[in-house]
Amino acid sequence: MNEAPASRESELERRRGQEERLRAAWATPKGWRYWSAVNNTEVGVWYTSTSFAFMLFAGVLGLLIRTQLAVPDNDFLSGPFYNQVFTLHGTVMMFLFAVPIFEAVAITIMPQMLAARDLPFPRLSAFGYWCFLIGGIFVCGSIFFGAAPDGGWFMYPPLSTDPEQAGIGADIWLLGLSFIEVASIAAAVELIVGTLKCRPPGMRINLIPLYAWYILVVGVMIVFAFPPLIAGDILFELERMFDWPFFDPRRGGDPLLWQHLFWIFGHPEVYIIFLPAIAVVAMIVPTFAQRPIFGYSWIVLAAVGTGFLSFGLWVHHMFATGLPAVSLGFFSAASEAVAIPTGVQIFVFIATLLLGRVVSSVPMMFVWGTLAVFVLGGLTGVMVALAPFDWQVHDSYFIVAHLHYTLIGGGLFPIVAGIYYFFPLVSGRKLSDRLGKWVFWLMFLGFNIAFLPMHLSGLRGMPRRVFTYPEGLGLEQLNLVSTIGAFVFAAGFALLVIDVLRPRRGQPYAEKNPWNAGTLEWLIEMPGESWGVRSVPHITSRYPLWEQEGLARDVAEGRCYLPDAEEGQRETLISTTIDAHPVQCLRVPGPTFITLWAALFTGGVFVFATFHWWFATLVSGVLAGAAILRWLWTGTAVIPEKPEKDIGLGLRLPLYMSGPRSVGWWAMFITMMGDMAAFASLVFGYFFYWTIHPEFPPADQPDPSPLWLGLSLLLLLGAWALTLAARLRNAAGHTFTLRLALVAGTVLSLLGGAALLLAGWLPGLDPTSHVYPAIVWVLLIWTAVHAVLGAVMQLYCIAGSIAGRLTPRFDIDIWNVTLFWHFMALTALITVAVLALFPMAA
Amino acid sequence: MAFESRSPRNSLIVLSLGPTIWAAHFLASYVVAAIWCEKAGAGAELAPVQLLVLVFTAAALLGIGWLGIAAWRHWGYLEGEGPPHDADTDEERGRFLGFATLLLCGLSFVAVIYVALPVVFIADCR
Repeated sequence: MNEAPASRESELERRRGQEERLRAAWATPKGWRYWSAVNNTEVGVWYTSTSFAFMLFAGVLGLLIRTQLAVPDNDFLSGPFYNQVFTLHGTVMMFLFAVPIFEAVAITIMPQMLAARDLPFPRLSAFGYWCFLIGGIFVCGSIFFGAAPDGGWFMYPPLSTDPEQAGIGADIWLLGLSFIEVASIAAAVELIVGTLKCRPPGMRINLIPLYAWYILVVGVMIVFAFPPLIAGDILFELERMFDWPFFDPRRGGDPLLWQHLFWIFGHPEVYIIFLPAIAVVAMIVPTFAQRPIFGYSWIVLAAVGTGFLSFGLWVHHMFATGLPAVSLGFFSAASEAVAIPTGVQIFVFIATLLLGRVVSSVPMMFVWGTLAVFVLGGLTGVMVALAPFDWQVHDSYFIVAHLHYTLIGGGLFPIVAGIYYFFPLVSGRKLSDRLGKWVFWLMFLGFNIAFLPMHLSGLRGMPRRVFTYPEGLGLEQLNLVSTIGAFVFAAGFALLVIDVLRPRRGQPYAEKNPWNAGTLEWLIEMPGESWGVRSVPHITSRYPLWEQEGLARDVAEGRCYLPDAEEGQRETLISTTIDAHPVQCLRVPGPTFITLWAALFTGGVFVFATFHWWFATLVSGVLAGAAILRWLWTGTAVIPEKPEKDIGLGLRLPLYMSGPRSVGWWAMFITMMGDMAAFASLVFGYFFYWTIHPEFPPADQPDPSPLWLGLSLLLLLGAWALTLAARLRNAAGHTFTLRLALVAGTVLSLLGGAALLLAGWLPGLDPTSHVYPAIVWVLLIWTAVHAVLGAVMQLYCIAGSIAGRLTPRFDIDIWNVTLFWHFMALTALITVAVLALFPMAA
Repeated sequence: MAFESRSPRNSLIVLSLGPTIWAAHFLASYVVAAIWCEKAGAGAELAPVQLLVLVFTAAALLGIGWLGIAAWRHWGYLEGEGPPHDADTDEERGRFLGFATLLLCGLSFVAVIYVALPVVFIADCR
């Protein structure tokens, strides 16, 4: 280059100006306002640290368990307290560590990996984080008051529906975890839309990082797996609080329904933990083999295939419940089939390592550890997938060993590998290699010393969850060895924590791209800036840093898209789902406390309801609704000051898009899929009761009024049609018709909701008398609550139209509300069809 | 501004059709067997269920097979290059989707056979 010094000077000047504007737009708030941050660089780190804090807490509980079991007839912990300890150990590890850590890591690194400035809904991530923190403290804190749940992490009724047997701990479990599940679904929505819509230009579907494939699959799995548990929680809590007999056989209920709903969630959850962890391995292996992954499409097969098959496994947790052999056979077969895609990805990793020149490193050591431990856990999984073998080891320490081999091998080890690998992204520095080797060997040996003997103690007949065992059963040595191993393992983990937390002011920053990786997250400067990526590159390969020469320099010098923040706003690119053509420059919202308030009040609803403080619950609910409305009103669907902007390289993109091309519409669509999954679980409950009863609906119980049901359907379909008409007329420029249609629609929604409740109330359905009126009431109330929500949305649009936020050109809100109403109409149709027509047919 | 082709072959929905057929087959088989055994009693013969599950299986395998052949054509292995399909072109993106769909069809085909096997070996509702 032989530019004149003056022009080079002005070029540098221009670049500095861009960087200053970007830095100002993405600045992290200072002082106490720091906690109003919503950017992934802060929320991701909070999320990760909090998950690990909960993990350490649950780890200490694990050590208490091992200490109690070290010698026979030990009295270190009392029986009742031991019950709380193991229940909370499992609950916290699963709900407050294993699932959230995936969301935490993904929120932290996904934007970097996709060269996006942020995910599309940063405030939603922050809201999810605060929900998680509040719910987590609530659940964990209960043990300090002797009030922790004590019925095991899957809370089987009738033990835990009985208020005599299970105290307030069960309510804390149900409500605390429901609250956290809301956070998980929020994260899933964020990550699915992020993967599909926030990719850099050119990053076609065949070029996206494997991590993103896994995250996409896991996001979709969460949307379908978590809602059944929420539905189950609703039934469970209704039984505990109001004596609605869903799981009480004396009044037509069945405890098995809970097991179905729990495990329809619970088995996919195992893969919701495993897949994102193994996704980290899929990023680490190519880096240290210094070659592209061998068998990219096979990994896609594995991720998508496992995602699907994992929904056909849930009954393998119920092999001992006395279901017909043929039912067990289906689930046994599917459980064996899932070994195929799971095995495929292991072979892909091994093949990539064999074909490459493996660079030895601490992350790689943990990858080897993952492969070794997980394969063992997988093999015992193939064993227990066979029903007759499962009957022998069911509820024994063999299962404890199996599940720890899969979850620690397939979850924790890859996550620790990821911590070593991604640490420079977050802090600009590497963790210690020397300590890392100690950490690995202590954890790897400690783990195997602790858990390998449990296979044997299980086969010798030691049941899980016993708080002690007598001498002379041949269990003494095995348990003592397990306890020693657990402490060795914990020592390794403690060393890791020390290495992460120790001050490293003297340590120099790592060089850029310290592992010589090929993917975009390593574009980041050391230390990173909160804007994430300096400018957004055009991608033409799977490993752009290896295969696109000069890319890193072009990005760093701001020669790609969106190198500036001229208007001082936070912006990121939106692209098409398959070929990643850039289609929109999306303004993303900045710091706010409103998400924290919304989470606090939402948390209040769940916490106060636990203690039956109904007035406080109501107030908190109203405040939560107000906070969420304020958040939506001030932070979403903001009308830009100009229709489009130049994002560099001669590309002009619109700043506002509505309907199926907007990210908000996608988020609504995905949320409603989850909503329908919960609704489907409740309808499943209705038909489940029909299946198990010779006569259902029972002759001595009144049916809901078909007349009022039919009327409510007419009203709600009318409200739906009016909403749709409002959208269409608005698009044609008739603002007044929009308002008129929505006013009428609101009235019809509320009347429709009321008619639903009357349909149950007028014939005198008593939900405590039998499970039939109880399940009918649940469906009626579910649909009526949705009708009220729909009315609030209609009112919101009327207000938006009057305030000038919703116009014929800027119509995101009415599009999204109409989408809600499509699902609402379907919900009403199914509810009425089931409740009115099925009793006639049966 | 370029917009991508709306061809149904280039969509993530098609990619997941094979496993979706598996899921439908699985659910249908399980529901039919569960309802039959609950209503007909623990000693009942499985014959009607066996017949239905075999019909479901034949339909599912046909569907997956048809989809797999379409995916094989879309992949175009015989005319072009094999994997890794990592080039930045419409053609390579299409081939990748075809290949991944084919792989998923293969897995779904095998998994459907797995799930059908219990009714071959189990003859009653015990």
